[in-house]
Amino acid sequence: MSQTFITRHPSTLWVLAFLGLFTLLVSVFSEAAGVGLVSTSFVKTLGKTLCLCLIAIAMDVVWGYCGILSLGHFAFFGIGGYAIGMWLMYARTEAIVAQSLSANIIPPTDVEISTAIGNQIFGVVGSSDFPLIWSFAHSLTLQLLMVLLIPGLLALVFGWLAFRSRVTGVYLSILTQAMTLALALYLFQNDSGLRGNNGLSGLQNIPGYEETPQAFISIAFFWASSAALALGYVLFAWVTAGKMGSVIRAIRDDEQRVRFLGYHVESYKLFVFTLTAVVSGIAGALYYPQAGIINPAEVAPIASIYLAVWVAIGGRGKLYGAVIGAVFVSLLSSYFTGGSAPDINLGFYIVKWTDWWLVLLGLSFVAVTLLFPGGIASLFDKLTRKS
Amino acid sequence: MSTLLEMSGVSVSFDGFKAINNLSFQIAEPEMRAIIGPNGAGKTTFMDIITGKTKPDEGRVIFGEKSISLLGMSESKIAKVGVGRKFQKPTVFEAQTVRENFALALKNPRGPFDVLRHRKTKNGAQRIEELAERVGLIDELPRLSGELSHGQKQWLEIGMLLAQSPRLLLVDEPAAGMTPAEREKTTDILVNAAKTHAVVVVEHDMEFVRRLNCKVTVLNEGSVLAEGTLDHVTQNPEVIDVYLGR
Ligand SMILES: Nc1ncnc2c1ncn2[C@@H]1O[C@H](COP(=O)(O)OP(=O)(O)O)[C@@H](O)[C@H]1O
Ligand SMILES: [Mg+2]
Repeated sequence: MSQTFITRHPSTLWVLAFLGLFTLLVSVFSEAAGVGLVSTSFVKTLGKTLCLCLIAIAMDVVWGYCGILSLGHFAFFGIGGYAIGMWLMYARTEAIVAQSLSANIIPPTDVEISTAIGNQIFGVVGSSDFPLIWSFAHSLTLQLLMVLLIPGLLALVFGWLAFRSRVTGVYLSILTQAMTLALALYLFQNDSGLRGNNGLSGLQNIPGYEETPQAFISIAFFWASSAALALGYVLFAWVTAGKMGSVIRAIRDDEQRVRFLGYHVESYKLFVFTLTAVVSGIAGALYYPQAGIINPAEVAPIASIYLAVWVAIGGRGKLYGAVIGAVFVSLLSSYFTGGSAPDINLGFYIVKWTDWWLVLLGLSFVAVTLLFPGGIASLFDKLTRKS
Repeated sequence: MSTLLEMSGVSVSFDGFKAINNLSFQIAEPEMRAIIGPNGAGKTTFMDIITGKTKPDEGRVIFGEKSISLLGMSESKIAKVGVGRKFQKPTVFEAQTVRENFALALKNPRGPFDVLRHRKTKNGAQRIEELAERVGLIDELPRLSGELSHGQKQWLEIGMLLAQSPRLLLVDEPAAGMTPAEREKTTDILVNAAKTHAVVVVEHDMEFVRRLNCKVTVLNEGSVLAEGTLDHVTQNPEVIDVYLGR
């Protein structure tokens, strides 16, 4: 498929070439390559941004192409993060515990080991028992499977219930907000089994690679994120290009009419919703080891709203629009909220960007929606068409 | 010639107002049938019931030789068993090209995984060109359908209806907004389709109905007022009173 597909879709080729070049340049100038022009922490920021691009194109497919304004896709992103985080935390704690217990004269029993690991992980919430949901945490393979399965199954069940009752438009958006809110509230509980508001931490330490400097680990994750984005981009470009793309855009524009043509609209929505949820889970599983920590605030309702804002600003209905939006807004956001943006002294009032960034973002969202409904990508389109 | 669709004792009310009142209707395959009647007579609602858009309060709608009931079936299922529809207000997918619109309608497996595996075929392309030729849109295939004129959108929708190759074609006011020459062509297409299919045409224009040269059903206040040849029904004093007289 790829060969002919990519040659028939030059914009995908451009994005892939650009992504490849970018990955190469960052690697060459990284600390891992001994140059250090790009700091390790910035490599992590860039790697995380690639993951955000991946969830942004998923959001674009579900909203921009299929017309389902999901305001809950960050729930799937967070679940992916938690799923991989469980293994990372378990495996690393296990190694530490094994080392400290190895000093004992009498070899520790399995129960002792398990209690010691439990104490380490759940001590913060006053417990040492392993909840049922940690049953697979010892196995990387199984937890990787969870990264795919849990977002997929949640999306399948939620979507089936919602689409079957023909919940659409703003009601569906509210329902997806409720879903992500419910997940956040559940995770916030100490007895959720996921360490309540402490979340999972130390995720940047990869078990088995304790001796490897973060400079290399960060580059490895950066490459993995880049590869995931490339694959995700090709997958979504393929899904939205052919007849499937035609059907889902038709559903976006007039779903009732599509039914009269004999298409079972609910199945299509469920397919798109679930596929994008799984990809969001993968994006999250790559993001949080680079962030180092995940906590319930990550899946708060506002996160999914930001996601919609990125896609709207970047330009929905075009995959590269979503990429532009995610890069542009998330990098600007970390610039303005990171404290490195200079305050503006108006004499009578000092504009602190950490406070005013959200206002600026809100205003640009309104401006883009009213003035350039096609987002930044449409400006880009105009430029390339002229030349 | 056998009965394809049989509707009996169907009633629908909207907030207490009876839009369809104990309506019974039959059409054979092949057959051409014209439905006329004043505005608000329930002609569009009649099509809504057959296609599953509106659920009737009572009555039966039976389709095909296996006498399957269309009531309780989803819109997409009804379309799949062989009922196609052209809307009163032309509804095509304006953000897509004429060719894509045809391709969406073309008779092919309809499931998401079928569609994902779908490959463009020579056969399909040929069929689209044939249909486009027939409805005079051959030169417009690469254009966005939103750029078409009102009449051309009507054509496109008729072409899409044919592309579905349903057994029963429900055609709601096809000639609205067409020039006399276009109307004539529409009649030809519909008459041609009725040689092999069941075709129900709702139309106000008497000249148009006359050219269809078929049995006519007059609807009024949600039930059948008269049925027969055009000459027969137009001489019916009740019909003259509620419809033609005004
Ligand atoms: N969804 C609806 N809700 C309320 N009233 C409706 C609805 N659909 C149709 N009606 C009413 O039913 C009557 C029949 O409408 P319709 O079938 O569109 O008539 P026609 O197509 O013969 O002009 C009209 O009085 C219309 O206002
Ligand atoms: Mg009508």
